[in-house]
Amino acid sequence: MKLIFEKSVRSRTGFSLPGPDVPRKGDIDIRYTRKHQALLPEVSELDVVRHYTNLSHMNFSVDNNFYPLGSCTMKYNPKFTEKIACMEGFSDIHPLVPQLLGGGRLSQGALEVLYNMEMFLCEITGMAAFTMQPLAGAHGELTGIMLISAYHKDKGCRRRRVIVPDSSHGTNPASAAIAGYEVKVVKTGPDGCMDMRQFKDALDKDTAAVMLTCPNTLGIFNPRIKEITDLAHSAGALVYYDGANLNAIMGKCRPGDIGFDLVHLNLHKTFATPHGGGGPGSGPVGVAKELVDFLPVSRVMKRPAGAFYLEYNNPKSIGYIAPFYGNFSVILRAYAYILILGREGLTRVSEYAVLNANYCLCRLKQHYDIAYGRRCMHECVLSARRQSENGVRALDIAKFLIDKGFHPPTIYFPLIVKEAMMIEPTETESKETLDKFIEAMIEAAELARTDPGKFADMPATTPVRRLDETRAARELNLRWRPDAG
Amino acid sequence: MSYIPHTEEQSRQMLEAIGVSSIEELFNEIKPQLRPRSFDIPQAMSEQEVVSCMRRLALKNVTSLKNFLGAGFYDHYIPAAVDMIAGRSEFYTAYTPYQPECSQGWLQAIYEYQTAICQLTGMDCANSSLYDGGTAIYEAAMMAIRVTGRTKIIMDSGLNMIYRTMLYTYMSNLNIEFVETPVIHGQSSRDEIFRHLDEKTAAVITQNPNFFGAVDDHSDIVEKAHSAGALAVISVYPVSLGMLKTPAEMGADIATGEGQSLGLPLSFGGPYLGFIACKQALTRKMPGRIVGATVDKDGKRGFVLTLQAREQHIRRERATSNICSNEALCALRSGIYLSLLGRSGMENLARLNYDKCEYTKDCVEKIPGIKVKRSSPTFNEFTIALNRNADVVAEKMIDRGFAPGFPLGKFYKGMNNYLLVAVTEKRTRQEIEQFVQALEKVL
Amino acid sequence: MNIPEGLFYTKEHEWVRIESDMATVGITDHAQSSLGDITFVQLPAAGADIQRSSAIATVESVKAASDVYAPLSGEVVRVNEDIVVNPEIVNQSPYEKGWFVVMKVKGLFEKQGLLAPHEYKKYLDELSE
Repeated sequence: MKLIFEKSVRSRTGFSLPGPDVPRKGDIDIRYTRKHQALLPEVSELDVVRHYTNLSHMNFSVDNNFYPLGSCTMKYNPKFTEKIACMEGFSDIHPLVPQLLGGGRLSQGALEVLYNMEMFLCEITGMAAFTMQPLAGAHGELTGIMLISAYHKDKGCRRRRVIVPDSSHGTNPASAAIAGYEVKVVKTGPDGCMDMRQFKDALDKDTAAVMLTCPNTLGIFNPRIKEITDLAHSAGALVYYDGANLNAIMGKCRPGDIGFDLVHLNLHKTFATPHGGGGPGSGPVGVAKELVDFLPVSRVMKRPAGAFYLEYNNPKSIGYIAPFYGNFSVILRAYAYILILGREGLTRVSEYAVLNANYCLCRLKQHYDIAYGRRCMHECVLSARRQSENGVRALDIAKFLIDKGFHPPTIYFPLIVKEAMMIEPTETESKETLDKFIEAMIEAAELARTDPGKFADMPATTPVRRLDETRAARELNLRWRPDAG
Repeated sequence: MSYIPHTEEQSRQMLEAIGVSSIEELFNEIKPQLRPRSFDIPQAMSEQEVVSCMRRLALKNVTSLKNFLGAGFYDHYIPAAVDMIAGRSEFYTAYTPYQPECSQGWLQAIYEYQTAICQLTGMDCANSSLYDGGTAIYEAAMMAIRVTGRTKIIMDSGLNMIYRTMLYTYMSNLNIEFVETPVIHGQSSRDEIFRHLDEKTAAVITQNPNFFGAVDDHSDIVEKAHSAGALAVISVYPVSLGMLKTPAEMGADIATGEGQSLGLPLSFGGPYLGFIACKQALTRKMPGRIVGATVDKDGKRGFVLTLQAREQHIRRERATSNICSNEALCALRSGIYLSLLGRSGMENLARLNYDKCEYTKDCVEKIPGIKVKRSSPTFNEFTIALNRNADVVAEKMIDRGFAPGFPLGKFYKGMNNYLLVAVTEKRTRQEIEQFVQALEKVL
Repeated sequence: MNIPEGLFYTKEHEWVRIESDMATVGITDHAQSSLGDITFVQLPAAGADIQRSSAIATVESVKAASDVYAPLSGEVVRVNEDIVVNPEIVNQSPYEKGWFVVMKVKGLFEKQGLLAPHEYKKYLDELSE
């Protein structure tokens, strides 16, 4: 399909601005002005609407397709939250209003949402306080690492290392490294959990923190988790919980109760806010008591009389992680989701997420290699190792699924499993959908046995076929240019 | 209502297939001592009840004030088509386009957005979005540090204080030397910048228009930075680029900015949109996701996420950044907005903003007790010196139905009597005149 | 897997050809094969001083990125611009046309830390278990 730029017709316009109702003064001095106009499209509103509407038809999305992307929690996004996000009192407030004298009283509703959300998240995770500022999960991890650093600095320690298991999500070591830490990787044992002996060896006086997720990226809940957090604490290290997998344990277990000192959550995963094609997300960070002083400012507080206000006077705070209070309209949607689900709803979410994943696992385990164990939690990891012996790899199975109308599971993650396929159905998918998906997966396994050559032509039903990614990286073409034609 | 479709019968069948008698059995690994000490979340509500509850909260926020408040985040008109298109669930319920064949819609939309940002800033290459204008500056600073191998950053104090604070927060563990240089008569002090520029400098970071609304040409700063072997980073206000000299024209290496003004609501602080664009030579050093064009096996043009080898899911601890989720939906909105406004629309929009601001300046200047700072030209925001505390004046103006601007004393020492006033195309002549009248009464 | 005689190898999958006090360095067939189609190569500057085991070059493919480490200490004399322009040469001819740098070796005794072809083969066999 043509680019919007390629649909331009000189001097066509798409939008009516109001005419000038004030006298026009002179021009700004020419040395401050640009020499040439920005060559933006010249199209009508109908052109724009048609163009993007047609583009939208070339996408898989949760509203169109089953999307069992492991580690992403692609659950259904309730539509009523969109209605709430558009309410004028929420979408139109300037973020600096509560920072004006007398401005607090103009934004009490918004401040109350932030405050209540903090309370909810504390209760769900067992932490003492939260900051809503981080704008995505990885951003939350970076925030967490900075809090850890501030904590140790405050104690007068200079610890330089962070421990992560080799099954961790890439953002874990990346966040630690970006913040100036060395990363020590501990191998996963044959039981699918972090190797305890290696962990104990790695833990020393130079360990600032251990970053874990539980259940881990293999979908396994480590029964020795409390032992791990206790060991870390006795070495003076803090323990960080990557909340990407919280969908498995709501109402069943709280990171704060089992020894985690910091937690980040992904509101766009567990709390059903839309993924938006890659963002915006929200990654609030919760902390145990000892870390509260270091949280970013501002913090939303409540006066005895009930009014909400912004507190900036926290001398030990690490500063600003975000320009304001976080991705407010994402937080708003997650807040409404918690309200509608309530206590029973949140618990059922985890129960059915785990049921769905185990159902997929038990029905597929004769057809694919299982990475670890007979059971899983909210996601399971299969391997296409058997199929790869016939030349059919996880990538090929993914393309097969696309032709069947399913978005493929996550492939090649975690890195420790060969030809990994990570399936996370989520609780919002019905048994009928799972059965169709399972049949397709079984069909793929069959085809890999009987006619492996067929996969190279897949997908065949999409707007484009397999794309030359090598060429994309060698001959960089990252934008349209007018002369390119 | 948990959006869970399972019937009792289906659950029973699934449990039987798995070989357990109850769902609880699937949680056996979580022993009693690991169970929650409390889980005091309120009871579930119906959709109707939640909507009503949220409406009550929304009504506790006042949005009827005439908005003359800017300070980096502006009240612009958002065309209805932006909301409608970005509201299509095929866009907003999709994930990151890692499987390109079934995500061409998203990938092409982002490629177009990247192109639009390049056109606006004049730079060679842009990424698919960062969280906001502040993290964009941080990422640009990190690029400069990596490329030059140096550890000193010179920041002009015309750069939004919020962003400067964010930079300090992010880089506190990294042994970076920061130098802040003053703004004098609205302009970046060349003397101070040049005095500090040396072989340890990784980057010089400036903002145009700066926080005071003042417009400048930073070409000379860029040139001097280059001769010292440092990179030049300029943070820009995108609407102003409909009129003003671009970072590329000034010779900058990296342009960053906040894209909120390009079709995003103010939304009490987020989500916003950080854009970053750079010269060709720095392309591989740019963080975040980037969409590239290529062909499929039939030779048809298609789009993919490219240069992923730099990203966290591959390089892990050696990634160029830890960013994973970005602000894709916001980038989509901006892409749509820029397509609707188009080539001449962007210029006209800038013109409207500029003219209305100049008019407001002239009217405000007539009020006794007010001095309008005129030492520099401005775009759509300007600074006024009052004869009393700006916070107090602002509060009184709020009572009269105006968000009159931002009291600078909050961010700058000794400027308690200064107010930063922004005027966008949304302010009608009538509103401006009412604003001026109210201000006169208050003083 | 191609492991030519007459070369030395490292556990990081580099090969070295030593001719008196000059050494040519590249990446092995195993390395180029695991990386996949190579899309980008970054080389050090001529004249750069390099320490053994430090990263001297970067190789990127569509799905991975790797550092190339110096098998010996010394000074970079020449770099192979051809592979910067056409990275696919490294895939096609890793031991000949796809060389990375030529260096003047400072400490030839470091040669003792390198692997002989049969040792490298044994190492690769162990890895694939």
